Amino acid sequence: MTGFGALLARDLRLVWRRPGDVMVVLAFFVVATVLFPLGIGPETNLLARIAAGILWCAALFAALLSLERLFAADYEDGALDLLLLAPWPLELAALAKCLAHWIVTGLPLALLAPLMGLLFGLSGDGLLAVGLTLLVGTPALSLIGGLAAALTLGARRGGALLALLALPLCVPTLIFGAGAVEVVAIGEGFLTHLAILGALALLSLATLPWAIAAALRQAGE
Amino acid sequence: MASLHVLANPARFRRFSQRVLPALSVATALALAVGLWLALVESPPDYQQGETVRIMFLHVPSAWLSMMGYALLAALGASLLVWRHPLAALMARAAAPVGAVFAAVCLLTGALWGRPMWGTYWVWDARLTSMLLLFFLYLGHIALSRAYDDSERGDRAAAILALVGVINLPVIKFSVDWWNTLHQPASVMKLGGPSIDPSILTPLLVMALALLLLFVVLVLLRTETEIDRRRLEAAEMAL
Amino acid sequence: MVNHTPFIVGAYIVALVGFGGLAIASLVARRRIRRELSARGLERR
Repeated sequence: MTGFGALLARDLRLVWRRPGDVMVVLAFFVVATVLFPLGIGPETNLLARIAAGILWCAALFAALLSLERLFAADYEDGALDLLLLAPWPLELAALAKCLAHWIVTGLPLALLAPLMGLLFGLSGDGLLAVGLTLLVGTPALSLIGGLAAALTLGARRGGALLALLALPLCVPTLIFGAGAVEVVAIGEGFLTHLAILGALALLSLATLPWAIAAALRQAGE
Repeated sequence: MASLHVLANPARFRRFSQRVLPALSVATALALAVGLWLALVESPPDYQQGETVRIMFLHVPSAWLSMMGYALLAALGASLLVWRHPLAALMARAAAPVGAVFAAVCLLTGALWGRPMWGTYWVWDARLTSMLLLFFLYLGHIALSRAYDDSERGDRAAAILALVGVINLPVIKFSVDWWNTLHQPASVMKLGGPSIDPSILTPLLVMALALLLLFVVLVLLRTETEIDRRRLEAAEMAL
Repeated sequence: MVNHTPFIVGAYIVALVGFGGLAIASLVARRRIRRELSARGLERR
C-alpha cells in the first residue's frame, strides 16, 4: 500500500505544481455548458429540462479531455517501465493513477456542476442531484477513460481515438447520471439512480484496474 | 526466429481455408439465391407489416450476426491474451470490419423499415440505440487495432477492448432499456407478434443461414489476406 | 395503403452495396497482397 500512497501523492503533487492543467479542464467545462443556452435560446423551461443532460455531457467531455495525458508522461519519461518492474501489483498503480485523476477532475466537476446548474434554473433538489450523481458517477468515468488512455498509449490520433473508445462505454453512467436529475424534475426520488450509479462505479472498480494493468503491460513490452 | 514461429500455425490455417473456401462460396451463393427467392417472391406479405416484412429478412439476420461477430471478437481476444494464439489476432483483425458492416446494414435496413411502419427513419428505441452503440464499439475496435505502427500492439490493445466491451454490452443494453422506458413508453412493435408464422420463419431462417455463410466466407478470405500481409511485413522487416 | 416498394428495394440495395462492397474490397486487398508477395519472390506455400 505504501507504493499506492506514494504514487497517488506524487501525481497530486505534480498537479499541485502545475494547477493550470486542472484549471483548463474546469474552464472548458464552464465554457462548454455556457455555449448551450447560447445555441438553444434563453427559454427557462427548456433549459431547466435539458440542464442535466448538458451538465453531464460537458462533464464527460471535460473528463475525457484531461485523460489523454494520464499515462502519457509516465510512458514517455520511463516512469511507466519502473511501475512495471515495481514489486507491488500494477493494478494498484493503475488504480492510484485513476484515483488521482478523479480527485483533480471528477471531484471539482461535481462541486462546480451545481453552480452551473443555477444558470439553467435547476431547483434545489435538482442541484443536489447533479452534484451527488457526478460525485458517485465520475469515478467510473475516470476508470473507463483510464483504460482508453492506457490502450491508446503511443497510438496515432491518440486523443480522438480515446474518445471513440471511451464514449460508448460511458453510456450507462451518462444515462443514470442525467436520468437522476430528470426524475427529480418530475418530483420523484433519485435514490435508485444513485444506487445504480454506485453499482456501475463499483463494477468498474472491480474489473477495470485489471484491464488497465493489462493494457499498460502490453504498452511497456 | 520469432516471426517464423508465429507463422507456423497460420500457415496451416491458410491451407485449410484455401481448401474449404471454394465450396463455402458456392454454398453461400446457393443459400443466398434460395433465401432471396423465398424472401422476395415466395413468402406472402405479413398481415400486420404488409410487404415491408421483406426488409426483416435482411434486418434480423444482420442483427443476429453482428452480435455474434462481437462475441467472436471477444473470444478471439481472450485466446490471444490467454494463449497468445497468433491466428486469433489475424482473425480478429479480419472479422471486425465484417461485423461492423453487418451492424451498419442492420441499422440502415431498420431505418428503411421504420419509415413506412413508424413514420420515421429513426426512433430512440432501446434496441436501435443498443445496435448503434454496438456499431460504435466495432468502430473503436477497428480504429484501435490499426492505430499502431507495430501491428501486434494494436492486436493486443484491441483484444483487451473487445473483452471489456463484451462485459459492458449487457450493462449498456440494460441501461438503454431503462432509459427508453423513461423517455417514451411502449409503441415498439415486436417482430411478427407473439409467434412467427412458418411462411415468415422459413425465409428468415434461410436468409440467416445464407448471411452466416457469407460472414464465414468473408472472415476466412480476409484472414488469409491478413496472414499474407503479416508475411509481407515480416519480409520487409528482414530487408 | 402507401407504396412501400421504394423502401424494400432500398433496403436490399443497401445490403447489396454493404455486403457486395465488403466482398469486393476483400478480394481486391487479397489480390494486391498476393501480387506484392510474389513480386518479392515469396510465393505462397
